Parts: sequence; C-alpha cells; structure tokens
Amino acid sequence: MKLSRKKIEELKETARICRRDILRMTTLAASGHPGGSLSCIDILVTLFFARMRHNPRQPKWEGRDRFFLSKGHSCPALYAVLSRAGYFPVEELDTLRKLNSILQGHPDMLYTPGVEVSSGSLGQGLSIGNGVALAAKLDRRDIKVYVMMGDGECQEGMVWEAAMTSAQHKLDNLCAFVDYNRLQIDGWIDDIKSLEPLQLKWESFGWKALIIDGHSIEEIWEGLMEADRTKGKPTVCIARTVKGKGVSFMENQAKYHGMALTPEELSKALQELE
Amino acid sequence: MEMLGTRDVYGKTLVELGRENENIVVLDADLASSTRTSYFAKEFPHRFFNMGVSEQDLIGTAAGLALAGKLPFVSSFAIFLAGKGWEPIRQSICIPNLDVKLVATHGGITVGEDGASHHSTEDFALMRVLPNMTVICPADGVETEKAIREIVKHRGPTYVRLARPKFPVVLDHTYQFQLGRSFTLREGKDLTMIATGIMVYNCLRAAEELDKEGISAAVVNMSTLKPIDVPAIARAARQTGAILTAEEHSVIGGLGSAVAEVVSQNCPVPMKIIGVDDLFGVSGNADKLMEHFRLTYPYIVEGARQLLGMK
Repeated sequence: MKLSRKKIEELKETARICRRDILRMTTLAASGHPGGSLSCIDILVTLFFARMRHNPRQPKWEGRDRFFLSKGHSCPALYAVLSRAGYFPVEELDTLRKLNSILQGHPDMLYTPGVEVSSGSLGQGLSIGNGVALAAKLDRRDIKVYVMMGDGECQEGMVWEAAMTSAQHKLDNLCAFVDYNRLQIDGWIDDIKSLEPLQLKWESFGWKALIIDGHSIEEIWEGLMEADRTKGKPTVCIARTVKGKGVSFMENQAKYHGMALTPEELSKALQELE
Repeated sequence: MEMLGTRDVYGKTLVELGRENENIVVLDADLASSTRTSYFAKEFPHRFFNMGVSEQDLIGTAAGLALAGKLPFVSSFAIFLAGKGWEPIRQSICIPNLDVKLVATHGGITVGEDGASHHSTEDFALMRVLPNMTVICPADGVETEKAIREIVKHRGPTYVRLARPKFPVVLDHTYQFQLGRSFTLREGKDLTMIATGIMVYNCLRAAEELDKEGISAAVVNMSTLKPIDVPAIARAARQTGAILTAEEHSVIGGLGSAVAEVVSQNCPVPMKIIGVDDLFGVSGNADKLMEHFRLTYPYIVEGARQLLGMK
C-alpha cells in the first residue's frame, strides 16, 4: 500500500499545524520540552492520521491500535496530535502544565483521553508495549502496538531487558521507533554515552532494524509497511531526526530540550511555520 | 503445631485461581521454582511468562498486560521485586493505578543463609509510601490463601509479602480475611501487641509468658499494613493505654511507623517498636537470625515490660 500524493501533503500540513501547537503550548506554559517534540512529530502525525486504527470518540475501544510515548517528555507532540485528531478540544492545549489541566507535564492516562499509559520516567514504554502485544497474541486479537522511544532513553538498561523480551516472544505485532536526534539534555549523545552501532545492537537483539528519515512521511510510511511485512520478530525504525526540526534557530540545539521559547522567539518561530 | 509455607500456599492458590479466572496471568523473574509460581506455569504454560533476570522489565510487562485487560500476578524475592522494581512500580503501576498484584516471597531475614543481599527489611517502607498501593503481610498459610483470593476482588496495585520458611498456623480455617481490617487473636487489658507476619505467632507466645507474670496483653494481627486499620488502633490505645508493634522488617518505615502515625496523631499513648534494628542482615539459619536480631518472644516480653514502665 502506498500513500497518495494528496495524503502526504495533508499529513505535512497537519504536522505543520502540530508544530505550531507544540511551540504555542510550551510558551504559554513557560516550560516543557519543545525540542524533542519537534523531532518526533512527523512520526506521530503519520501514525495517528494515516496508520493507526483508533476512534477519538471512543478512546478505550478494544480494537484500537496502541501508541505508547515512552519518551514522555515529548508529550506536547502527543497532545497536539490527540487534540487535532479530536480526543479533546484544541483550546485545552493552552492549559498545558497548569493546575487542574487535563494536560500534565508528563503524560498521565488518568487525566488525558487518548493517552495509553502514564510515562515520564524513561525506559519503560517498550516493556509496557510488550505486555500489550503479548496479551493481544494470547487473545488472538489483531492489533498493532507502537512505541516511541528517545535516543538518550536507549541508555536505560530496562530498554534492553525489554528488547530481549520482544524478540523472545516474536512480537511481530509491535513496532518501535527511536527518535534519533543525537542530542540529550547535557549535549551530544556521542560525547556522553554513544549508542553506536545502534542498528547492529537492535539486530543482535533479534529485531528487524531499519534506518529511516524521521521527517520524511514517505520513509516513515515505508518503515511502517516493512514492519507489517516482517513476521516472527519485532521491528524498530531508527529515525534520523533533528532536534527542534522546523525552526531554524532551534535545530540541533540541546538547550531547547527542556526550555520553552520566549514570546518574542515564539512569534519568530511561528513566522517560519506559516 | 501445624506448619505451612506461605509461598507453598500461594503457589497452590494461584493454580486454583487460574482455573476459576482465565484472565489471570503470572510473571516471574527466574525464581519461579522458589516463589512457587512454577505450579501455575506447569498447569497454564501459555499464561505464564518467565521474564528472566529482568525485574524492571517484569514490572513494565505486567503493566502492559494489565492495560490490555489481564490480571497479572507478579512474583520474585521481596528485595528484588520491591527493590529493583520500585521505580517502575511507581511510574508504570501506581501512577496509572493499574490492577497488578505483586506477590513477593522471601521477605524479611528468615531468608537466612543467603545473607544481607537477599534479606528484605525495607519492602514495607518502600511499598507503603506509594500512593494507590495496598500492602499486605499474612500471618500464616491460612491467611495467605484467604488474602490471595481476596485481592483478586480488590482493584488496584497490591503488594503481598510472603516468606521462605514454613510458619506456625495461628488462624483457624474459619477465619475470614478482610482487606484493611485487623483481627484480634487475644484480648488483653494492660497493653496491645500489634504484629504482622511471623511476629504474630511470636507475640502470642510472648503474651502467654506475660500472662504468667500477671500482665494481660492483647494480640492483634495487622495483616493489612496499608490502608491501616485506624479504628482498631485507636480502640486499642484507648482500651489498653500502651501499644507494642512487632514486624520482621526494619524498625524504620514499616508497621511500627504506620501504627505510630496513627497513635501519635489520634490517640497518643506510649509505644514500643520491635523489629530489625537499622542494620543489614547477616548469614545464618532463620531461627538463629530471629534470635540474633532480637525478634523472638523473650525480647518481645522484655519490650512489653519496658513499655509498661512508660505508662
């Protein structure tokens, strides 16, 4: 199955709108994590608006595919996508991180419709995805499980405990993404604790490991199709991405990992995303 | 005296529950033969997941299974489950308030010869402090079966602490376990002993000794440490005016602390906390260690006398 030209353009437009949402909501909150939200947003948009079976009017519908944001700090991306998909009104985005908001600083499934599990402490989403994928196999339920991890997150030992589990149980109903923007809070991953050779690591753990451009809708789609074709093992898409993607002065800047734009920077950024 | 292994009872009860409820799945981390989840594994191999030596992944996978509608029972030794698993338990089970049953065996120091690395004198404190968590430590094999059956009906994160050695049976088979309710095994006028786990039996023995001295001690089995039975504690304080607590756990953060939190704020009376001093374990057989850490009945008798002196 191929995506039509029209659909690709539509997804790019949705991603542009979501990028604006991410920057607006974090500036309004005067905190949050815009950098890593901008690097993973194209994948989230492709999943929620083209690939996953889900129903915003019935967030708990049993037949839905599941998406787990293991890199929970990038929840502005998830909140933008969920609101644009219709899980809650777009106006809620303005309440991000404020007292009594449905949008917590890190994802909380008890507060936000469409959030599949609470996260924020890194390393745990793949194990959770495995649990859901195992239950689906047990119940012979045809659902897909998607897990979005950060690259810095792959320094957590629990990720590799989970990676062994996915392979052991041949979880071909699970597809993971690594948002490989090469930056973590304190700087370049390669200067702190390199993940390389990352593709070989995943392959040696028993996975099908693809390298894709995480900002190309076409390549993200092709990765998803390859994951569907792969039987007997889980698939990981190592997505080459740019932290702060889409705003010239934010790109490849570690400082925008956990810092919102000032109102002045925001208006400059929004002009770039017109 | 009838002796029953709490972990043996757990293993058998899980199999029965497995037959009654096909939603139950069981996870272990390479200790299935010791935790007795191996019984379940044998009967229901497709509903049993041995996660290998990966305690964090054990917890995360259980969270996923619970999200998908399964009822996971998760077992390992207390120190590895509560200790290594703690932060994933907090993030992925307690914050989302998932229905996962954590049943740890090899609690306390009666693990014995394996020594400090394998003893668990911190797990009550670690689990009790987590919002949404229920914490249970049965007094014997009879209560273990009833408690394991009862927690299936309760929705939410639950931690049950069991032990390695067999325990003397102190409850009769008509006993009904009620979550959050303590059970008075012996009435008394001069002080109340509130105990959990193996220490319930030791307190009963201590109460017999005290009786010979003309001291009347009540003994209460506080098997649910959280939510703790506040009315029963307040009643005990009012009626006997002195409370001694006893647990196979550090004197910091466990049953003694939980009772003191209630007593000090609702019904202040003198207290004595019997438990493992602020020290790590050492190797030795279980009986010798109970003596070494001053948890046997003569030390409880001594503690009771000190307490009465404070009245």
